[in-house]
Amino acid sequence: MEDGSIYQGRAFGAAGRAGGEVVFNTSMTGYQEILTDPSYHGQIVTMTYPLIGNYGVNQEDLESKKIQAAGFIVKEPSIVPSNWRSGSSLEDWMRSQNVVGLCGIDTRALVRKLRNAGVMRGVIRLGDESEPRGGELDGIPPMAGLDLVRYVTTQEPYTWSEKLHPYHRAQGTLAPQKAPVRVAALDFGIKHNILRHLAERVREVHVFPAFAKAKDVLGCNPDGIFLSNGPGDPEPVTYAVETVRDLLGAKPLFGICLGHQILGLALGGRTFKLKFGHRGSNQPVKNLDTGKIDITSQNHGFCVDLAGVDSQKARVTHINLNDRTVEGLESRELRCFSVQYHPEASPGPHDASHHFDAFIEMMKT
Amino acid sequence: MNEKEIYRLLLEAKEFGFSDRQLAHIWKTGEDSIRRLRERLGLRPVYKTVDTCAAEFEAYTPYHYSTYETESEVRGCEKEKIVILGGGPNRIGQGIEFDYCCVHAVLALKEIGYETIMVNSNPETVSTDYDTADRLYFEPLTFEDVMNIIEAEKPKGVIVQFGGQTPLKLAVPLENAGVTILGTSPDSIDLAEDRERFGALIEDLKIKQPPNGIAVNSGQAREIAKRLGYPVLVRPSYVLGGRAMEIVYDEANLIRYMDLAVEASPEKPVLVDKYLDNAVEVDVDAISDGVDVCIGGIMEHIEFAGVHSGDSACVIPPRTLQPSTIELICEQTTALAKALNVKGLMNIQYAVARHNGHEELYVLEVNPRASRTVPFVSKATGVSLAKIAAKVMAGLPLAQFGLPKMPRIDHIAVKEAVLPFVKFPGVDTLLGPEMRSTGEVMGIDTDFGRAYAKSQAGAGMRLPSPHPGDKKRCVVVSVNDRDKPLIVESVKKLLDMGFEVMATQGTHQYLQEKNLECRRVFKVQEGRPNIVDFMKNNITALVINTPLGENSTFDEKSLRRCALELNVPYVTTVSAAQAAVLGIESDLGRNLQVKALQDYSM
Repeated sequence: MEDGSIYQGRAFGAAGRAGGEVVFNTSMTGYQEILTDPSYHGQIVTMTYPLIGNYGVNQEDLESKKIQAAGFIVKEPSIVPSNWRSGSSLEDWMRSQNVVGLCGIDTRALVRKLRNAGVMRGVIRLGDESEPRGGELDGIPPMAGLDLVRYVTTQEPYTWSEKLHPYHRAQGTLAPQKAPVRVAALDFGIKHNILRHLAERVREVHVFPAFAKAKDVLGCNPDGIFLSNGPGDPEPVTYAVETVRDLLGAKPLFGICLGHQILGLALGGRTFKLKFGHRGSNQPVKNLDTGKIDITSQNHGFCVDLAGVDSQKARVTHINLNDRTVEGLESRELRCFSVQYHPEASPGPHDASHHFDAFIEMMKT
Repeated sequence: MNEKEIYRLLLEAKEFGFSDRQLAHIWKTGEDSIRRLRERLGLRPVYKTVDTCAAEFEAYTPYHYSTYETESEVRGCEKEKIVILGGGPNRIGQGIEFDYCCVHAVLALKEIGYETIMVNSNPETVSTDYDTADRLYFEPLTFEDVMNIIEAEKPKGVIVQFGGQTPLKLAVPLENAGVTILGTSPDSIDLAEDRERFGALIEDLKIKQPPNGIAVNSGQAREIAKRLGYPVLVRPSYVLGGRAMEIVYDEANLIRYMDLAVEASPEKPVLVDKYLDNAVEVDVDAISDGVDVCIGGIMEHIEFAGVHSGDSACVIPPRTLQPSTIELICEQTTALAKALNVKGLMNIQYAVARHNGHEELYVLEVNPRASRTVPFVSKATGVSLAKIAAKVMAGLPLAQFGLPKMPRIDHIAVKEAVLPFVKFPGVDTLLGPEMRSTGEVMGIDTDFGRAYAKSQAGAGMRLPSPHPGDKKRCVVVSVNDRDKPLIVESVKKLLDMGFEVMATQGTHQYLQEKNLECRRVFKVQEGRPNIVDFMKNNITALVINTPLGENSTFDEKSLRRCALELNVPYVTTVSAAQAAVLGIESDLGRNLQVKALQDYSM
């Protein structure tokens, strides 16, 4: 770890070395979605739940084409996965993608360190305590100031048509019918389940690379523009902030996670790094207009601050009840809104999926 | 295996939750050698905090559990610490009363400036509320787990007497491991529990015990029983809390018991005690610092000796004992407390046998620990025994509390057991030596009848009104031959109050001989309308049914079950019948007024 501490455990997954910012996630399940979420690019994810991998890995719960996290730390990996959808074990899957893992450490001690000292860089490597140390963190840049979007965004525009999995019928999240609208989505590292939610509700979804210009995006004549989630610090993603600034007011606009941060920057706000971020499936968020609470899925290390922004132009709509930081904002004038958390869940509760419906309504009117 | 491999294997086993004892069993060695091995390898558990948030946020709940990991989360503290061991999971016989004692011990020790450390593993108790003790270890009450905590916390001492039998059993092993046991010494505890040592002690003190013997086979048991005379109380020596205990009235039943109910062997002998017929049982809670002794309360049981003390209703102050007997109880209690060098609470069970107006006192059992009656006595007398005992155990002299030798109260408090029979379809509702109650209530008033009626109402049994006009005017009486002479007085009173008495054949005949007016009623198998029909017709106010030992026929059982299901008040002992009649006479339904518990004596 950056502070010199060492956690000795056993290797699992691929053998080798991995470095990145060490973060923790408090979800009890959803490891497959977490590992494939592009927002974890460049990070080593620690699961606070002590037993991970019980239901194996399937082909349906992927949030991108591959594992995005730099490394994975668990207390105990399940050696006997059991689920009818499971195609392989967590460990085999990690090995097939050459992803390094660490298990058997006191994960609670590690989480307490990250909670108290803040997230920091770390390295997982093979070896024993007798080996000389030093220089392990060379070449691993700090997260602040780092543009990681460029590594995860699509290089070419494409269209998306896969809808939500039929099991969503039971959850009540399936759309009764598709709205006759077209959405243009800027891909900063977009999770598949966001695209599924959009495709469930609208006729066409066009996905653009993060570096697309406003005129490229408007070229498909969309009814609304979606700003996706993504990894890293939003501030150095200046090209996307510029694009969004150009798009403001042109079309209804909805952002999630990094998309929310980029919208905040485009509106004149600032972003800052949280001490240890919000990563888990039960973060309480309050809607300031209604007083209602949604239990939400979250994954972010940075946060928007709208201080200094004209309240007529943009205002905070949601806050996190644990630390009262901004979780949502909107501008009625510019017809845009965004949330820091993940209404598409994957993993997590479905409380907040209504935001997708609100976006559709906005496009229809 | 080399040292490193042993370390890894042992660590893995401990991570999987294997206890030292289980490992000792698997590896065919002693628990202590596993412990020594762990110590040598430096394998000790650490303590994590229960924070319900996966450590995401700092929690201030000092609520810990052990695990084999690397980082302990327990904060240090400056104050001197005392560990209080709880009772573990609640079960019949070791219930919430011990939780009460532990909580009061914690409060008392906090008052005098100690850091209190509670060890208990029952989430439904108050002692395991995260804000009761200064810190809570949610751990099993085993030597291994308790010892680990003591090594981590280094307390001034450990209190084992408030959590019932479970922690008490740890007293000797803990002391052998060098732990300071606060209060009565483990040796005294052993002295009170070891039949031979205890027998010698009371002989020295010239205190009487019911004649008894130990049998390792059926033949021996028969010999002993013949010598003592039937009935005898038989029980296996290796079980606690009256399990498999039975009152045997004749040799045939003794043979059945020895052959079928227990497995007697030299390792597992059977205890045979003379059963004191028609004796009254008395429970005494006392407190001592080794110098002074105070009697907390003397409880006279309402059921005859033989019904488990946890199931028996009892009354403070004693109702029928002669003053000289009460005097003797105080003397013997004081002598036993001093002889055992009791520091803290003790409970003694006596039996008072009566022959022609003469009362004979026998000691049945001495428990140098908090008993399940402590909360009742404390509430009835207004003296918080558990709190005072905790302070005495921490070293304060008893004299400092200004307690009288024995508290005098002007009111009467009746404890009644709450029985769970309604929840268990088909179970017989007879009371016996095995404890079956799952709760208790207290009735308090200025006279016995009213206090008893209140306690019955509290336990869910509303006694009938004595006034004519109520349509339930029938009392069904069916008692065994031994009880027939004893029931006459109660039947007379019921007739005087205007109840119609119905009796089964034998009882009917006996009552008629005594010139008591009653109606013959059929038993279930004798035809119709029978007893059960009368109960179903909703005209029965009370059922008095006492069976003869375990030989109760199906008929009687179905009768009791029916009463239970139709919520008809029923009693299964003559003494309870006598108390119920007094309760009915007290006419609780009229002139019922509200009075706060505190207004009685405190």
